[in-house]
Amino acid sequence: MNEISKQSLVKKILLNAPIIVLFISVLSNFDFNYLDLDYFSFNFIHILIFYCGLKKNINLGYGLIFLAGLINDTVINLPIGLSSLSYLLICVSAAYLRTITLRPSLSKDIIYFLVTILVVNSISYTLLNLIFSITTEYKDLLINVFFTFLLYFVFANLFKLYEIKILRRSDV
Amino acid sequence: MDGSRDDFIIAIRSAFLKRETQQTFSLLGLIIFSLILLILGSLNFKIINYIKIIVNEGVYRSSLVISIPEKFIKKTYINTNEHFKFYDEYKKNKVELKNLRSKNLLNEFAILENNRLKSIIDDYLVISNEIVAKILIDKQSPFSRSVIANKGSKNNIKKGMVVLDGEYLVGKVIEVNYITSRILLLSDFNSKIPVTIEPGGTQSILSGTGKDDAIIEYIKDDYIDNDTYNATVYTSGFGGLFKAGIPIGKIKNIDLNKEIKVSFFSDFTQLSFVKILSYEEAKTKAKEKIKLEAQKESKIIAEKLKKIQAEVELKAQKIKKLKAEEENKLKAEEEIKLKAEEEIKLKAEGVSRLKAEENLALNIEKQKNYKDLELKYSSQCKKRFFNMLYKIGTPEYKNCILNKGIKTFNE
Repeated sequence: MNEISKQSLVKKILLNAPIIVLFISVLSNFDFNYLDLDYFSFNFIHILIFYCGLKKNINLGYGLIFLAGLINDTVINLPIGLSSLSYLLICVSAAYLRTITLRPSLSKDIIYFLVTILVVNSISYTLLNLIFSITTEYKDLLINVFFTFLLYFVFANLFKLYEIKILRRSDV
Repeated sequence: MDGSRDDFIIAIRSAFLKRETQQTFSLLGLIIFSLILLILGSLNFKIINYIKIIVNEGVYRSSLVISIPEKFIKKTYINTNEHFKFYDEYKKNKVELKNLRSKNLLNEFAILENNRLKSIIDDYLVISNEIVAKILIDKQSPFSRSVIANKGSKNNIKKGMVVLDGEYLVGKVIEVNYITSRILLLSDFNSKIPVTIEPGGTQSILSGTGKDDAIIEYIKDDYIDNDTYNATVYTSGFGGLFKAGIPIGKIKNIDLNKEIKVSFFSDFTQLSFVKILSYEEAKTKAKEKIKLEAQKESKIIAEKLKKIQAEVELKAQKIKKLKAEEENKLKAEEEIKLKAEEEIKLKAEGVSRLKAEENLALNIEKQKNYKDLELKYSSQCKKRFFNMLYKIGTPEYKNCILNKGIKTFNE
C-alpha cells in the first residue's frame, strides 16, 4: 500500500514537473549570472512557457503562468503584472502557432519562437521605458533574446525526452 | 486573401478564447487582468501597493528557501575560483599590506583633521543609527541589480537609507516591507549618484551599467587627464542623502568613446552582511550628542555620588566601630586603673591601718610604760608648791615621766 502511494506521488511529481520547474525558476530566478560572463544571459522561463504552450500534452495552466509572472515581478523588482503579460503573450503566440500548424517541426518552432520573444521583449522594453521610466540596456536585452533563441533548441530536445520517457507520449 | 484573413482571425480567436481541456482561465481574461494590474501599478494605487507588500513577504521567504541549491552551486563555483587565485592574491596582498601599513599613520591624522574640518562646515557627518542586515536574496538579472535584506520597517529601516559593505558604498534602500527591504545596488541601470573623483575633486554622476561596474556621466573632456586614470571615486555628498567621502571604487579604464568605467571596491556578488544607516547633520546630532553626553555624565555623577555615599557610610560605620572599640578599651583601661588605684588605696589603707595599729599598739605600750613610769617617777616631775616642776597632763610632764624624772630630762 505504502509502495503504491509512493509510486503515485513520484508519478504526480513527474507529471507536474513543468509547474514545479516554472515556480522554482521564477522564485530562484535561475540563471548563470554569477559566472560573470559579460555577454551571456538567457530566459529559461520563456523557453519553458513557449514549449508547454505548443504542446497540449504538458500540464501547465494559464492561471499558474500568470501567478508565476507575478512572482517573477516581485523577485526581480519589475512593475507588478509586466512578466505576467509577457508570459501570457508568449502563450497566445504558442497557442496560435499550435492552431495553425498541421505538421509541427522544431525549425519552424524556433523561428516562430524568435519572433515571439522579440515582440514580447519589445513590448516589455517599451512599457518599462515609456510608462514606468525604468531604464534597461537594449543591448543586454538583445543578448538575452539571442541566447534564449539559441538555447531553445537544447531545451526543446530535453523537454521532448521528458515527454517520451516520462509522459510516455509517442505523438511528440 | 479573404480566406487567409479569416483563417488568421479564427486562429487568433481560438488562441485567445478557447479554453483547453486543462485550462481554468481564458488567456484574454488573464491578459486583461495583468494589464489592469500594470495600469493601477503605474498610477500608484494603494491597493496594488498593499498587495505587493503582502506578495513580497511571502515570495522573498520562499525564494530564499528555493534558491538554497543554486546558492550552494554558486558558492562552490566562487570558492573553487578563489582557491585557484589564492596564491596570486596572497602575494599581491602582502605587498599591499606593506604599503597600507605605512600609509595608515598618515591616514589616521588626515581622518581626524577631516572630521574636525567637516564639523566646522556642518557637513553630513554623523551616523544616526546603524543596522546590520543579512542579504537574503541577491538576484541580479541583466535588467535589475538589487538585493533583499532581512530587515524592514520593523527594524526602523526607511526608504533612502544608505547601505555599506564595510566602509564601501553598496547602494540605497528603495523598498521597505515589514521584515524585509530591497536595496538598489550602485551597479543597477537606474542608480545615479553624485560623486567626486579624487585627486582633482572633479564632480560628476556615477551611473550603473546593469553589470558589475558603473560609468562616470556628465563630465567634460577637459577634466579627463592623466590623474583620472586609476583615480578613486567617492560620494560627493550633494543631494544630502549620502555623506561626502564614502569610498565607492576606482576608475578602471577610459575607452575610445571617453566612457569612464568604475570598478567597485565591494564585490556585489559576495554580499552577505551589510550595514544600513542614515546620516544626520552634525549640528543637530551634536546637540543630541551633547544632551546624551550630559545625561550620561549626570548618570555617572549620580552613580559616583551613590558610591561615595556608600563608602562614607561604610567608613562612618567603621569609625563608629573603631570608636566603640577604643571607648571599650579606654573603659577597660580606666577600670583597670581604678581597680589598681583601689588596690593601691586598699593597700595604703591597710598600711596606714597597720601603722595606726602599730601606733596604737605603741601608744598602748607607751601608755602602759608611761603609767608604769608615772607611778615611779611622778614624784620627780609633778608640780608642787615648793618645786618648779610640771603640771600633770602637760607635755613637759609627760616628757619628764618618759625620761624617767627631771635628771634624765635635763641630760
